[in-house]
Amino acid sequence: MAKKQIHLAAHFPGVNNTTVWSDPAAGSHIDFRSFVHFAQTAERAKFDFLFLAEGLRLREQNGQIYDLDVVGRPDTMAVLAALAAVTERLGLAGTINSTFNEPYEIARQFASLDHLSAGRAAWNVVTSWDEFTGENFRRGGFLPQEKRYLRAKEFLAATWALFDSWRGDEIVADKESGVFLADPDAGRFDVSSDQFDIRGRFSVPRSPQTRPVILQAGDSEEGREFASSSADAIFTRHGTLDAGREFYADVKGRLAKYGRAAGDLKILPAATFVLGDTDAEAQEKADVIRHQQVSGQTAIKFLEQLWNRDLSDHDPDGPLPEADPLVGENTIARGRASVRMYRDPIATARQWRELAEAKHLSTRELIIEVTGRQSFVGTPEKVADALDEFVQADASDGFVLVPHLTPGGLDEFADTVVPLLQERGSFRTEYEGTTLRDHLGLGDARPPADAIPGVGS
Amino acid sequence: MSDPRNPLPLTPLHIAVALDGAGWHPAAWREPEARPTELLDARYWTDLVQEAERGLLDLVTIEDSFGLQSSNPGRPDDRTDQVRGRLDAVLVAARVAPLTEHVGIVPTAVVTHTEPFHASKAVATLDWVSTGRAGVRVRVSSRPDEAALFGRRTVEPFEPGRADSADTDGGPITDLFDEAADYVEVVRRLWDSWEDDAEIRDAATGRFVDREKLHYIDFEGPHFSVRGPSITPRPPQGQPIVAALAHRTVAYRLVGRSADLGFVTPRDAADARAILAEVRAEQAVAGRADETVHVLGDVVVFLDDDAAAAADRKARLDALLGRELISDARIFVGTPVELADLVLEWREAGLGGVRLRPGGLPHDLEQITRGLVPELQRRGAFRTAYEADTLRGLLGLTRPANRYAAV
Ligand SMILES: Cc1cc2nc3c(=O)[nH]c(=O)nc-3n(C[C@H](O)[C@H](O)[C@H](O)COP(=O)(O)O)c2cc1C
Repeated sequence: MAKKQIHLAAHFPGVNNTTVWSDPAAGSHIDFRSFVHFAQTAERAKFDFLFLAEGLRLREQNGQIYDLDVVGRPDTMAVLAALAAVTERLGLAGTINSTFNEPYEIARQFASLDHLSAGRAAWNVVTSWDEFTGENFRRGGFLPQEKRYLRAKEFLAATWALFDSWRGDEIVADKESGVFLADPDAGRFDVSSDQFDIRGRFSVPRSPQTRPVILQAGDSEEGREFASSSADAIFTRHGTLDAGREFYADVKGRLAKYGRAAGDLKILPAATFVLGDTDAEAQEKADVIRHQQVSGQTAIKFLEQLWNRDLSDHDPDGPLPEADPLVGENTIARGRASVRMYRDPIATARQWRELAEAKHLSTRELIIEVTGRQSFVGTPEKVADALDEFVQADASDGFVLVPHLTPGGLDEFADTVVPLLQERGSFRTEYEGTTLRDHLGLGDARPPADAIPGVGS
Repeated sequence: MSDPRNPLPLTPLHIAVALDGAGWHPAAWREPEARPTELLDARYWTDLVQEAERGLLDLVTIEDSFGLQSSNPGRPDDRTDQVRGRLDAVLVAARVAPLTEHVGIVPTAVVTHTEPFHASKAVATLDWVSTGRAGVRVRVSSRPDEAALFGRRTVEPFEPGRADSADTDGGPITDLFDEAADYVEVVRRLWDSWEDDAEIRDAATGRFVDREKLHYIDFEGPHFSVRGPSITPRPPQGQPIVAALAHRTVAYRLVGRSADLGFVTPRDAADARAILAEVRAEQAVAGRADETVHVLGDVVVFLDDDAAAAADRKARLDALLGRELISDARIFVGTPVELADLVLEWREAGLGGVRLRPGGLPHDLEQITRGLVPELQRRGAFRTAYEADTLRGLLGLTRPANRYAAV
């Protein structure tokens, strides 16, 4: 049997403390040349796709714009369209929110991107819904939290109705007979559901992939169910072998009830890495990077996110605070998905205290310990082995690599680790197809699920 | 008429080309040179914009609308003999930007059903990926069938030409244009919501940005409230160019209040003067009398080296259409040399230049870049090399100060 193949995505360094901006090698996060460099490295290394995250409001902490991390990024769709001009095969994945957008516009943009990239578009559907972000939009924070996946599901169903409203054979453009369209009704759609009541004709004819590859990055029960029914790949945070295998089994196990096969949904955890000529050198570099990522100030900010209170006077080189976290709505940090990871702050604080005591860690060292560990550290051989083992052990189908430097953070990986994965027969040496669906081995876009309510055509 | 041997020392002439599908004649896709099966391909748009750049044009505009194209201005049709289907214009613009260097790129963005926050960062990003060549032409959507694509609101049917009453204050069209003006205000404030030197990367204090240089815009209006700041840093031009097409008072007002660039549709030089006076008056009312607002006259063009050939081609297209072409803009059929006369006549009437709508693509675009432009150059009336790297530069506009920056 052929060896299981690894899928690789390249996450453009984000607006969080994983990205080290203070390094002399750190370049611009907004200059287009940074995006070109990063994308062309990923394409040279035959990656499946480039990934862009998105947040629609600048983050705040203690009522002020958060200034310790990289701030600012371009519009997702526009920069992906521009990158389509300087790459030929690389998939182009954008995070787009289903709460602060409307299906017609988003379907139009993704179908356009898919045309303009000759079949390389992917959409990471996220469901952030907070009122804080809503203050930048017409309807504000209109959506209750419990409706976010209902809206996401109906949003996706509505865009599928739009993507499928053109069969693909309507444009004949016969100059002789004067027939441009074979079907006077091409693009007709009609959707009515809880969240949407839209009808008319879609203006973008069928794109090369029919619809973009769908990614999902939620982790709740609802998020997993949504991904199992509707996504082509999941972007997860489950980066250890055990957690990865558990998540993998859980999510793949949900596919059958939607009539889907295990290969129809790729599981791609975020992965960070540090390479060195020797393992010791890599470990040393990793330690330096962790201290760049988590300064004393950043440690305090992380602490505040869990403690949900102002700790600006706390000494990062001293022990953890004695008081417990404030339980309830997180009012200290806003515009961050991560604060919701702490579902039981008191329990998490207890674990942190125990860990700090056991290992004699200061606040800063503790924060580095719990947030800053890189997933893969070592020589290229060691990292290639570990990545391969992870995938072969069914802890994932590949990785979304998150380098800590813009724009060169992927260069060394591309030059050293990728060839080793190729030697092992676990990663492509050439693109075999032209579309992102081809790279991910997904086959043709499936027709919209019959089970989706309220969608006719 | 200007004396060709003695061109007036006017401010530079600006030439824009409006790109739409296979050209502005509904039968243009049937021309031998037309590429009707490639209208959704990046290559097609790249070829056209690169041709415009070879002709040293100031800018291209890219048409767009949410609804499928229709032969009827107010509602959809079910015709199968004309081009139907198009791509998002902002994304087409972004796709061609890295493959060009000088020409301005001005896609259409519909402002009626969309979020100013999204539009602002999209155009800012177009400016980043084109290193300072972005603009946006804002467009109001008054078609009920387009509102139904979004299902968020209804708009009242509006028949252009018939309902001057819709123009009156408080009428539905006025409301849509007022919303458009608010939209531009939000877009512009968001562009300024980052000061140019907000990114400090100060290792000593650990701060990436100086948050004192990031600004809430706190816009509140009847249609939307937007807090800001933008997620995208201030673009290279500071303020990319805002353009609007205007046929009537309510739209002249939008140009006067909100735009850097207006596209108007005069019948002749006298009409151009009258329209220009209206735009300038609206500009003054908006308190912008001392700001530069370029007003370009739209012309649909059918061009050939030989006037008879142009007339034949136009007649052939009209025959395929089954009637004579009608347009909101003046239709010009003739040689590039004759068109140069018209351009300079309108120039003398006070317009900043023209936005030419090629009847057929790529034919009439090439007639502009390879016929009209050399002719105007011979008369000393048009640039012989790009003199600036940004669209603002080509339009003779300086980079504006940030409204939020302390002086
Ligand atoms: C790895 C990962 C990456 C994410 N990236 C983004 C992002 O870029 N933008 C965003 O708005 N939300 C992002 N999210 C948030 C999720 O998409 C989702 O909206 C959120 O986790 C709430 O859903 P849940 O309760 O199912 O987890 C991310 C989540 C994960 C796990």
